[in-house]
Amino acid sequence: MKTFSLLSNRAGALFLAPAAALIGVFVIIPFFWVIVVSFTNRTLLGSTALNPDFVGFQNYIALFNPLTFFSRGQFGFSLILTTQFVLLSALVGQALLGLILAWLSQTVSPKIKSFLQTAVIAAWILPEVVIGFAWFAFLDFDNGTLNMILRGLGLPPGDWLLQNPFWVIVVFNTWRGAAFSMMLFNSAFQSIPPSYFQAADVAGASSLQKLRDIALPLIKGHVVTDLILITMWTFNVFTPFLLTNGGPSYRTELLSIYTYRIAFKDFEFGKGAAVGVIIMLINLAFALVYLRMARKKPAEAD
Amino acid sequence: MRTIISSLLFGMSAMIASPTTVLAATDLNITCRCVIGGVNSGMAEWIQDKVIPAFTEKMKANGKEVVVKLTQFGGEDEQLAQQLALDFSTQSGPDVANFDGFLIPSFVQGGLLKSLDEVAGAEVNNWEGWSHIPEGLKALMSYQGKPYGIALSTDARMIFVRKDVFNKAGLDADNWQPKSWDEILDAAKKIKEADPSSFPLQINAGVSMGEATAMQGYWMALLGTGEQVTDDSGKYIVSSQGILDTLKLYKTIYVDEKLGDQRAQLLADGRNRTFANFRDGKTAMLIESDWFYRSVTKPGAEFAVADRDNVMAWKKMPSIQPGKGLRGQDFVTVSGGTGFVINPHSDTPKEAWELLSFMNSKDQLTAFQEIQPAIRIRDDVAIPNSPFLTETAKTLLPITTARPNDGNYNKVSTEIQRMTESVVSGELSPENAMEQYKAAVIAIVGEENTVSH
Repeated sequence: MKTFSLLSNRAGALFLAPAAALIGVFVIIPFFWVIVVSFTNRTLLGSTALNPDFVGFQNYIALFNPLTFFSRGQFGFSLILTTQFVLLSALVGQALLGLILAWLSQTVSPKIKSFLQTAVIAAWILPEVVIGFAWFAFLDFDNGTLNMILRGLGLPPGDWLLQNPFWVIVVFNTWRGAAFSMMLFNSAFQSIPPSYFQAADVAGASSLQKLRDIALPLIKGHVVTDLILITMWTFNVFTPFLLTNGGPSYRTELLSIYTYRIAFKDFEFGKGAAVGVIIMLINLAFALVYLRMARKKPAEAD
Repeated sequence: MRTIISSLLFGMSAMIASPTTVLAATDLNITCRCVIGGVNSGMAEWIQDKVIPAFTEKMKANGKEVVVKLTQFGGEDEQLAQQLALDFSTQSGPDVANFDGFLIPSFVQGGLLKSLDEVAGAEVNNWEGWSHIPEGLKALMSYQGKPYGIALSTDARMIFVRKDVFNKAGLDADNWQPKSWDEILDAAKKIKEADPSSFPLQINAGVSMGEATAMQGYWMALLGTGEQVTDDSGKYIVSSQGILDTLKLYKTIYVDEKLGDQRAQLLADGRNRTFANFRDGKTAMLIESDWFYRSVTKPGAEFAVADRDNVMAWKKMPSIQPGKGLRGQDFVTVSGGTGFVINPHSDTPKEAWELLSFMNSKDQLTAFQEIQPAIRIRDDVAIPNSPFLTETAKTLLPITTARPNDGNYNKVSTEIQRMTESVVSGELSPENAMEQYKAAVIAIVGEENTVSH
């Protein structure tokens, strides 16, 4: 196929230059700078701030030191915790809840459907700080709404943020992010010709059978896209920090929160940069899988 | 690049601002962890209502137009320190900033602070105030002999006691002065028996309280075992009987006997919870600094103790056993000091210094005394008629201790906080917690700068 261009290559480059310069300054250079810093022991405070030393792979070796790897407040613990968090809150929680909500909203009346969607999307569009505070107030031991309800029902109150901090952030993230999956599945379902379902109805199929045998196979591509996107987002999410501060005793210290603590609370830039590089590599793997899937999709549609 | 961008931004803001202020006044920003009606309310009132009007007036008389803006920071001490570290490293931030003296070594080593004369010029050394500040108090905000700021006052730590709660358990608080840890624990157990829902004894621990954990908690216990965080040669003690005894005390209080409010040590807003417990009579003994009396429980404050003069008293913190404390002392305490520093990147360092020195003039500190009395660092500012301050100063300052003036202390303190948290939460035994502390401190300062007993 012959390509036509409105501009000469030179003019095109000229128009691209400002954007390229901005991306270079704010994305490309910092990217390599982080890699450079990760090989030093640079800090913000103390003598290594002004005279950092090149330490080779020491930061990386320290992160993967088997003696401390699994202890709380260390890299390995955060990595495992984050994996569990992604599996439970994104893949099981958000995707499953979003799928159920989307499927249910296919069958209910338009009024209930729009109410349901508004409620779910509201949880998604509210600013994070507002959400964080609202959940904190909801779960507070002494005056929290949840415990007031429990007490009112004669049930024992729970010390949620201290006793079950991990489950709190899992439920929180599920609640927070289900809207995206719901909307994505919703539009996917709507792309299926209604005649398929009508035919199934005539044959006397149950709702579950229709979902399993008609809907899901047809939206397979959407499901994969959704899973990869929410995995990446959840892997990098920072909002649980607003609820638990990563605590108590690092029990909810996800990788993003761990990086923040090392780099911006302890001010150990070298070590923090090393964690950043590893997170970048993990995200890169996700992104490659996603891109490969996206490229395959047209073929699937045939 | 940064300077290009900032000058561009500056140019833009100047273009926007110029029509309104034709004769541009000098802007000065001052930040403190103080909020009118909130934390450190007295300091905020003093700066806003006394210092700023008087300073503006004085500068006007000298033919200089200045506009001073106070930023009232409502977060925690650690959050302000974090903010300032980032501000100073990016050449921004307030001209004059509220600062805890113990952070000065690490900031100076990191190149984030400059000594006062380096920032504002030689006239700093000619300030009349220096001759009225004793060397020991100058040292609160100094590093290697050079002042980097001026402390507002010094402090000391003690056990605050609720006499009414003691009486309810059949104890006579007036004549009670514990001489060992066991005597404190005995009293706490009796109170706990009388009211099982109470938390009679609170000693700070945990990460979320930051340096308050170290000062009001760990140090106060550790000094009673005859040790400090470092030994006489400045090496960090990473394994010793003193550390173990201190951690065992924590375990007794929070895990074994449940004498203290464990949740208050683990939650993010824990320190305020300890204040509220004391205010509500749930806690009978709380180790805090004199700030707790001067500011926190002051009548009208959020945690004001009703009928304070009759129900609240203070006691000296005893050593583990008489004579077993640091330097063979029976009682121990530790002091620090907060004050103000000048931002080394201030556009108007001379004016910033004029503000800082004006705040610490005799007149202004005297005005502060009327709002919130304290032991001021100037010897020509009288201690007002406050029996509490006079007595605590007389009793505690002679036996007090200071933290190591070392750039690594800040990081080691964080490890201390982690160590206490892991014991208080019941996660690690004292022995294992100390083991972890040892490994962490060695990683920070290097094995050659540590010592095990």
